[in-house]
Amino acid sequence: MTCEIRHEGDVAVVALSGDIDLESSPKVRTALLDCVGLKQGVLVDMSEVSYIDSSGVASLVEAFQTARKSQTRFGLVSVSQPAMRVLELARLDRVFAIYDSVADGVQGAQ
Amino acid sequence: MSSLDNLAQGDPMSRAGDAAAGARLLALRVPASPDRLRLVRAAVSEAALASGCSEQCVRDIVLAVDEACQNIIKHAYHGDPSREILIDVCRDEKRLVLEIVDFADPVDTAQIKPRNLGEIRPGGLGTHFIQECMDATEYVPPPDGAGNLLRMVKRIS
Repeated sequence: MTCEIRHEGDVAVVALSGDIDLESSPKVRTALLDCVGLKQGVLVDMSEVSYIDSSGVASLVEAFQTARKSQTRFGLVSVSQPAMRVLELARLDRVFAIYDSVADGVQGAQ
Repeated sequence: MSSLDNLAQGDPMSRAGDAAAGARLLALRVPASPDRLRLVRAAVSEAALASGCSEQCVRDIVLAVDEACQNIIKHAYHGDPSREILIDVCRDEKRLVLEIVDFADPVDTAQIKPRNLGEIRPGGLGTHFIQECMDATEYVPPPDGAGNLLRMVKRIS
């Protein structure tokens, strides 16, 4: 799993790739909460996520809730098919803002 | 936890592991450690693919096994990586039977329930994922010396 952070304007784009599982999700959780803590909009690029489990989903939900409390925008971008299936199972595809591209997300998150 | 109704053929939870019922595809004994779950997923994925499961069916099986192992690591063994998990995958004609065994104290199955998905909060989704991904799941009496045996059944599609 890799987790790369870049900034586009006032938005932090967190690009995740590989398997987000019980071993790697703590790193994802820390990265997302750090970005949310900066009071920036946060977009999570999930186009290269090959697998996500309940611990990875929990990291997304915690960051989403923390962002909401601090009135910071939080969204997902280009969610891969395997990851979308898991979000759908959790009924979270209706909860997260999900964008087709980083450009769409940046526009929506600012 | 159980969703054993409405399977088309016979007793959905009958064991496929004996020679008369089916063929064993995989038998793993792994340390109960998060860094071994990738190995478990890879092995289970290969076994499901070799059985003719579709890509989606494989992903569902892999997620269910991963979540079952996570439950053992977190809740049964409380993160002790010196403990072990056994994973057994068997196939009969149209289904895979997956058995996950631990050596912890017996669980109170009445306490294992998926949470209300209307609550948006971190955690508690593993049991829901297992039940959604598999056709049937049930705790059955474990072999001598083991603590718990979770049997999960998935029709091959």
